[in-house]
Amino acid sequence: MFVTLLVLRNIFRHKLRAFLTALGIVVAIASFGLLRTVVDAWYAGANASSSARLVTRSSVSLVFALPLTYAQKIRQVSGVAGVSWANWFGGVYVTERNFFPQFAVDAPTYLAMYPEFTLPDAERKAFYTDRQGAIVGRKLADQYGWKVGDTIPLRGTIYPGTWNFNLRGIYQGADKTVDESTMFFHFDFLNESVKKVYPRRGDQAGVFIVQLRDPGQAAVVSEAIDATFANSLAETLTETEKAFQLSFVAMTEAILLAIQAVSFVVIVIIMAVMANTMAMTARERYAEYATMKALGFPDTYVAGLIVAESLGLALAGGLVGIALTFPLAQAFADAMGTLFPIFFVSDETVLLQVAATLVVGLVAAAIPAWRAARVRIVDGLRAVA
Amino acid sequence: MSGDEPLVAIRRLSKVYVRGDQVIPVLVDINLDVARGDYVALMGPSGSGKSTLLNLVAGIDKPTSGEIRVAGVDIARLSDADLAAWRAAHVGFVFQFYNLMPVLDAFANVELPLLLTSLSRRERRERVETALALVGLTDRIEHYPNELSGGQQQRVAIARALVTDPTLIVADEPTGDLDRTTGGEVLGLLDRLNRELGKTILMVTHDPKAAEKAHRLIHLEKGVLAD
Ligand SMILES: Nc1ncnc2c1ncn2[C@@H]1O[C@H](COP(=O)(O)OP(=O)(O)O)[C@@H](O)[C@H]1O
Ligand SMILES: [Mg+2]
Repeated sequence: MFVTLLVLRNIFRHKLRAFLTALGIVVAIASFGLLRTVVDAWYAGANASSSARLVTRSSVSLVFALPLTYAQKIRQVSGVAGVSWANWFGGVYVTERNFFPQFAVDAPTYLAMYPEFTLPDAERKAFYTDRQGAIVGRKLADQYGWKVGDTIPLRGTIYPGTWNFNLRGIYQGADKTVDESTMFFHFDFLNESVKKVYPRRGDQAGVFIVQLRDPGQAAVVSEAIDATFANSLAETLTETEKAFQLSFVAMTEAILLAIQAVSFVVIVIIMAVMANTMAMTARERYAEYATMKALGFPDTYVAGLIVAESLGLALAGGLVGIALTFPLAQAFADAMGTLFPIFFVSDETVLLQVAATLVVGLVAAAIPAWRAARVRIVDGLRAVA
Repeated sequence: MSGDEPLVAIRRLSKVYVRGDQVIPVLVDINLDVARGDYVALMGPSGSGKSTLLNLVAGIDKPTSGEIRVAGVDIARLSDADLAAWRAAHVGFVFQFYNLMPVLDAFANVELPLLLTSLSRRERRERVETALALVGLTDRIEHYPNELSGGQQQRVAIARALVTDPTLIVADEPTGDLDRTTGGEVLGLLDRLNRELGKTILMVTHDPKAAEKAHRLIHLEKGVLAD
């Protein structure tokens, strides 16, 4: 169509200027997407956590364990459907740089509570029947090239010595929000080995995981559990799994806020750059706009040409930027390894990128379009002479 | 509307610019009739108000007071939007510096004002081709303004001015940027538009050669008509 042609020709009138502006938008929109994805990844664990599960830990600090006997008492609290327990192992695989979480868990109760970890029945069985068995997530197995049957040696930091585990299964997440970079092995294996060397550290769990009968009862059940152990030697703090995960994120909240702020600042900067481009462009063309108005084109038509040109340029850059976000995020995720177990560009991020692109295009066009619509024809025509 | 009523009837027309507390009168109490089919040259020293008067008649400027009736319509009273539509239907413009769209070729430049009509694509094409043939630029149809000489650009502009079949053609120093020969070609064209197509033309000029072709000369001196 004629108008489309006119707008396109105008966009490419100053090729270098258009290219540099579009390039700026590409970089801004892609950075915006990547930064938001990093922030999402940070919160991913908390967001993926279930509201039907509670976590009970020592009210003093996570580093203090709770007696294993608490499991029985928690199970008796009304509203509790099931209890499992886990210990953070904190082992090192070959070198400190290879960070990934390892948990000693009561496997049958634990996996029953986390149906999002899917595992072939044969592998599950093999894991349950091997005391020294372990399972790992798909992503973790891929990263270190582990196959079922391999022996994985970990150097203990909290539990000294070298620990060898037999890889019995590789689990997959039910969807892409599920962490696939954790290792699980048997609580009993850890517990019995520990008891031999440090009897006083035996029969202790870092956290209990509580399955709720009704997620709506989270607050009541949490209080009831903590009340059960009030005034005991080891008082508890029970909260939803999400709150528990967020308490880790909270430590880095300031950094996350800064990243989010930067992601928006990037957009504001490109908005200013784009506004400058459009202002220059429109100023050079006042005589043309005045001519069109003299020929009888309405003010809104002329303003529309500027808005369309600005949106066209913004979208050209924005769409390339959005497309680039995916390979960029992938490269970033690969470089970070299992530090961010869940790292993907969310639909919400893409929507925000589209919105930012449109806002940049519209805001940049606003003042030049308004001016071009308002300028008196005789003054605009004079601009040429 | 009777046939002997003038196409343009200007009554008690004034235009003043106010700058601070200084009032600059540009046109003072102008009365002027232009008959249908007339070819009028507006002359006078620089700054005498020629362009201002032309712009008012063409409906791209608004008077301070007075009436401008064109084909019975007092255009001074039209709203901006109505005036824009009126210009599209009734006025063809020829500017000193051609004012073509640099990103459009000759064809598209001439087609531009037709986008405001309800003509089909085919009808537009026919009209554009006819107009470009009339100004003798059939072989330059796909050329862009920067690929054309000044005289050729002005001929494209004349094709653009006549393609909508306007009631009135206004031309502000149409030869002002051209040498004698190409200026002569442009004047020849305007003359043909007037004689062969019966177009009413109002032209501002400094050029005595241009004025020669006109049927009627009007002199402006410091905003006052002196013929
Ligand atoms: N926007 C304006 N503000 C103030 N004065 C103006 C403006 N436009 C034109 N004038 C003045 O009006 C007078 C007539 O201008 P113009 O019609 O362009 O003259 P001409 O075309 O005869 O050379 C000049 O003195 C000019 O300075
Ligand atoms: Mg003038």
